[in-house]
Amino acid sequence: MPEGKSAAPTHGAKGRPIRVLIAKPGLDGHDRGAKVVARALRDAGMEVIYAGLRQTPEDIVGAAMEEDVDLIGLSILSGAHNVLIPRVLALLKARKASDIVVFAGGIIPDEDAARLKKLGVKAVFGPGASLEHIIETARGLAAKRAARA
Amino acid sequence: MRAPRAAARRPAPPGATGSKSGLGPVAKRIQAGDRRALARLISDVEAGRPEARSVLRELYPRTGRAPIIGVTGPLGVGKSSLINELIQLLRSKGKKVGVIAVDPSSPFSGGAVLGDRIRIERDPDDTGVFFRSMASRGHAGGVSQSTRDAIRLLEAFGMDVVIVETVGSGQVDVEIHQIATTRVVVVVPHLGDEVQTLKAGLFEIADVFVVNKSELPGAERAAKDLRELASLSVARDGWTPRVVPTSVVERRGTEDLWQAILDHEEALHQSGAGERARRERAEQELRELLLERIERMAREELADDTAWTSLLDGVVARETDPYTAADRAFHELRRRL
Ligand SMILES: Nc1nc2c(ncn2[C@@H]2O[C@H](COP(=O)(O)OP(=O)(O)OP(=O)(O)O)[C@@H](O)[C@H]2O)c(=O)[nH]1
Ligand SMILES: [Mg+2]
Repeated sequence: MPEGKSAAPTHGAKGRPIRVLIAKPGLDGHDRGAKVVARALRDAGMEVIYAGLRQTPEDIVGAAMEEDVDLIGLSILSGAHNVLIPRVLALLKARKASDIVVFAGGIIPDEDAARLKKLGVKAVFGPGASLEHIIETARGLAAKRAARA
Repeated sequence: MRAPRAAARRPAPPGATGSKSGLGPVAKRIQAGDRRALARLISDVEAGRPEARSVLRELYPRTGRAPIIGVTGPLGVGKSSLINELIQLLRSKGKKVGVIAVDPSSPFSGGAVLGDRIRIERDPDDTGVFFRSMASRGHAGGVSQSTRDAIRLLEAFGMDVVIVETVGSGQVDVEIHQIATTRVVVVVPHLGDEVQTLKAGLFEIADVFVVNKSELPGAERAAKDLRELASLSVARDGWTPRVVPTSVVERRGTEDLWQAILDHEEALHQSGAGERARRERAEQELRELLLERIERMAREELADDTAWTSLLDGVVARETDPYTAADRAFHELRRRL
């Protein structure tokens, strides 16, 4: 692989490129934001599995496990985050895959974000979050996960 | 190198890597259908980790029977959508399907967006399907080896059919024709596309041509042109490439595609070409693995080597030409290794 801008921190578990599943649960049909984030993470040297729209929590967790990702990024605009994200976390737990780190982005009110973090979501990005911030956070989360493995 | 035969073995003591089946713990988990173990092992294979090699050694004797269907063609022609149709069809026949979808890594960042999964609609609880996206990761040769290895793991996991999707452009990243037992090349009905496909060398490798999006105008013409080309080309081992029109939007042609694949597999079997191809693939793989080791050995030997450095100095200063320098380096290496 060619040398990236910062080769070391782009690597996840076992020295491979960080793998991220980007999915959009819920029924709303806009995935512009999710695609922008997917491309930014790719440009930061990550392998992004783009699962697309209208994914159920079961789809997402199944895909995350098959693809052996380090991180799951959920993009939600529909307001269904209070139902869908806890369901993803619960499924990961039930399948003994809670080592996969979940972050979320979209329109999520502060009090909900705090609640989701208590449940185990490791980062929540609002609509104003910069791509640099998202990339750095994703790298940090993957590095922490790699250190735990 | 090979796992010992089961018959010659006694039950292994607890904690030992062996077992009644001759398999270590990871290989056993793969055979028992542990999806997470499979997913992780594919990652290890991609990263070229030595632990993965030892599991592959154990599982190797149990692989090599499933048809490996390579699906390739230009960007956006509907490869993943067709694979989705094939998955539904094969599941309805009770067959388990493994899919590997390879997309190129960015040469700049090393990252990749792997988007083939978007087209796959399936029951997330159906354990008869395993879909894995792989980035090509840029290192020459290495990709086909990790693809080969991932195919074996899917087969050992119990998949009856393995499908591999690659983008076939001018430079075929994964040398799919060296891996698949049946090669499906997908095109769409637009004048010019077929020509491009021929230029990219995809014509020569196709066992089955699919004209997808065949509800669009020009499909019949494209199929006719391809059939003519196929009949003009020299039949390889008695097989003339089949041309199958499909339309994913109209849900047409998937049965025909599967039948064409089965016919090709059967023809391979009947003519003995399958056995020859198997031998060629084995030789190709062995050669690649061996060359990789020779190259690594040479690199390690030459790194920080004073004789090498002075040869290089000579070439840079134009005191020695590179041909003579390479000759000397070669003879020196042969003497040492
Ligand atoms: N009109 C029409 N569109 C189709 C058909 N099959 C697939 N498509 C569309 O073609 C587009 C690309 O489909 P994919 O299945 O992603 O194609 P692909 O060849 O896998 O694409 P890459 O992996 O990006 O090279 C999608 O918008 C599909 O909905 C078809 O039979 N007819
Ligand atoms: Mg595709």
